[in-house]
Amino acid sequence: MSVPRFWRRLKNLYNLIGTQCKKCGEYHYPPRTICPKCRRSSLIVPYKFKGLGEVLTYTIVHSAAKDYAKHTPYILAIIRLDEGPSLTSQVICDHADIHIGMKVKSTFRKLGEESEKGMIYYGTKFVPLATPPRKD
Amino acid sequence: MRDVAIIGVGCTEFGELWDKSFRELFVEAGISAIEDAGIQGGKIDALYVGNMSGGRFIEQEHIGSLIADYAGLASLNIPSTRVEAACASGGLALRQGIIAVASGYHDIVIAGGAEKMTDVDAETTTDALAAAADREWEGVMGATFPGLYAMIARLHMHRYGTTSEQLASVAVKNHHNGMMNPKAQFQHEISIEAVLNSVMVADPLHVFDCSPISDGASAVVLAPAEVARKYTDTPVYVKASAQASGTLSLHDRRDITTLDATVVAAKKAYNMANVTPSDIDFAEVHDCFTIAEICAIEDLGFVRKGDGGKASQEGMTAIGGKIPINTSGGLKACGHPVGATGVKQAVEITMQLRGEAGKRQVDGAEIGLTHNVGGSGGTAVIHIFGRER
Amino acid sequence: MNVGIVSYGAYIPRFRIKIEEISKVWGDNASSIAEGLMVFEKSVPDMDEDTITIAVEAARHAINRAGVNPERIEAIFTGSESHPYAVKPTSTVVAEAIGATPSLTAADFQFACKAGTAAIQACLGMADSGMIDLGMAIGSDVSQGAPGDALEYTAAAGGVAYIIGKDKLVAKIESTYSYTTDTPDFWRREGMPYPEHGGRFTGEPAYFKHVTSAASTLMNKMGTKPSDYNYAIFHQPNGKFPTRVAKMLGFSSEQIKPGLVVPRLGNTYSGSCMMGLAATLDIAKPGDRILMTAFGSGAGSDSFSISVTDRIEEVRNGAPSVEQLLANPIYIDYARYAKHKGKIKL
Repeated sequence: MSVPRFWRRLKNLYNLIGTQCKKCGEYHYPPRTICPKCRRSSLIVPYKFKGLGEVLTYTIVHSAAKDYAKHTPYILAIIRLDEGPSLTSQVICDHADIHIGMKVKSTFRKLGEESEKGMIYYGTKFVPLATPPRKD
Repeated sequence: MRDVAIIGVGCTEFGELWDKSFRELFVEAGISAIEDAGIQGGKIDALYVGNMSGGRFIEQEHIGSLIADYAGLASLNIPSTRVEAACASGGLALRQGIIAVASGYHDIVIAGGAEKMTDVDAETTTDALAAAADREWEGVMGATFPGLYAMIARLHMHRYGTTSEQLASVAVKNHHNGMMNPKAQFQHEISIEAVLNSVMVADPLHVFDCSPISDGASAVVLAPAEVARKYTDTPVYVKASAQASGTLSLHDRRDITTLDATVVAAKKAYNMANVTPSDIDFAEVHDCFTIAEICAIEDLGFVRKGDGGKASQEGMTAIGGKIPINTSGGLKACGHPVGATGVKQAVEITMQLRGEAGKRQVDGAEIGLTHNVGGSGGTAVIHIFGRER
Repeated sequence: MNVGIVSYGAYIPRFRIKIEEISKVWGDNASSIAEGLMVFEKSVPDMDEDTITIAVEAARHAINRAGVNPERIEAIFTGSESHPYAVKPTSTVVAEAIGATPSLTAADFQFACKAGTAAIQACLGMADSGMIDLGMAIGSDVSQGAPGDALEYTAAAGGVAYIIGKDKLVAKIESTYSYTTDTPDFWRREGMPYPEHGGRFTGEPAYFKHVTSAASTLMNKMGTKPSDYNYAIFHQPNGKFPTRVAKMLGFSSEQIKPGLVVPRLGNTYSGSCMMGLAATLDIAKPGDRILMTAFGSGAGSDSFSISVTDRIEEVRNGAPSVEQLLANPIYIDYARYAKHKGKIKL
């Protein structure tokens, strides 16, 4: 992704800021400008998600595109946030521990980098809620 | 609206075709389709070409003009249109051609598809294909295409008890079919063990669960049904052409293991053709990964949701089974030059309905279905074809 | 000064490598190194962790611990010797990631291992003068030691963030004093991946001279003596230096014990002394007094006299303690460590 394209989404990626439709109450992450339920009568406001959720499904990626190749193998997952919507992210944990239904919480990590010279992209990944026993 | 028929088909061999360029591939497929139909170039009213990513794979856009020009049709100045819907580009180009003929806008239309994927390195290919998913919210998080389908597979296994062996049985069956297709990229058998022992790409999908990177092109000639017999003794009639969209991102789906776009397009197609799933004799479905074929036969209504793995393992989808699936070898064994795939499916159905499929011929094939998917299910295109109008 | 610590937060990556795992690669005697340095294992960042991600996690813990509204933070200074960018601030990423933008000032500090405490001093001055409401001072590092260099046994990863202000203090900073000279004991030239150091020269004229001068001058100015403090923390490049300097200044081993995290963590550079203070605040009682003295090569020492308030009990459990962060480590071998630290070029 180019620098302006990442920058435009940076607050969303750093802080899990999505949207909520005040008309129907539905939460969206990624953010949307139109509520899929209310469409033109939607009342969209930004919403900061709590960062808690559950693994809906996952895979361990062994073969990745260029920017991610050095991070393989990594866990890619679809996470259903407590507020409702689901998103795609990575889960940082022992590969033997990952499972469907695992409770997770958000953490701040590097997503990737363009090259040794290029921009570094940061954003939200997830770690298990239960281990290690840290109080957040 | 007029009924539409396929009066000619053409297809290159699929594979790593190092000595052939994009334009040469398309011209080869187009010429063989025209020769099959027995028409002159001057008869052609319009061209539609499915192509996913000329820009990434060969750094070439404006594919419509390129194809018309190198097909020797530049002096005729006929309209030529590139159609894109990721891996469903071919199926969609076919649908655009059908709509053009059905509407009466054009009479003789070439609908084709082409992709040249091997001119760039594998990582660039992986990245170009990942553009079929949501770059901003899936790709940037490290999602690859095998990764997305692997997440479908993981949940399918968790929910329905589908096994790695059942996934592998799809690859084994499609390799067996591909062995009987002289155009196929892979014309050799593989075993369940070979699939399970192959390199892991995205757990639980091994490299043999994935369709390959391929070059190739395919084309069909479309004509109004009422004049089809002027050109051929064996026209194949388009009984339905349906398309549906789903969410671009897998994570936004109502159900991760169901491609709603397929379900909806299938319903429309069955209605249009006035048939039910049990009336379909055989089908070419979008098996970009083994799990995709399992989901497809469920979402198309051939088996109940969750039964796809078991049905595949038990031979229901083999040639000679209740509903032969991917007699061409499918994307898995025939190859998957992305833009060409959707049209190649129609080529296979046509050959089967004409009784020209050789060793892989399905006995008594009367009605066939094609199912072409873009991305992880953002687009689905379904066509139903029959020997009778 | 009527200013001090409003909240604090720490972060330590989960991976550790043991001294013997490194020593066997280089043919060194593990037990003599471990005993000599008093360091037995060190933290290692994950593949996708760097000084910025560590700083953000520490900053978020600091925000959460005392329930601070991030919009009140009007200055963020991050000290590190391993900022991911040579040009482009770490502190702006932190500011955005904790929701402190845009009404604030931000800058990155660099002064070897004391850049974080220099950031605390900057925040103290700005908060005390009324120039800002709250300031955030961070020390964060994924420090580098060249393969086979003595530094490789100690260069660790971790970070600590302190929120500095005037009200709802968990600890008051009574006074601070710095002692600074041009003493080239350790450096890294622009564009070079690993630092160089003066070997034993880093000891006497650098570490010991600066730490003892800063600490004793501060105590002289305040009229305090070692026995007035419940706890003391000295920069901990290894376990030996702070233990020895404590003895030289007249502090007991009991006083430095809670803050001496280096044997299980390694040297977190800009985070080193600040991590020791965080570990001490984790167990301190209202009324306790703490002397903290950081050291940065090049060279300088920042000494702080701190007294803990009643509020510490209210906020203590709002974020993970250093002890909790040190718990449940994942031990890795040298090959994985080399991959994590970018020592394998891809």
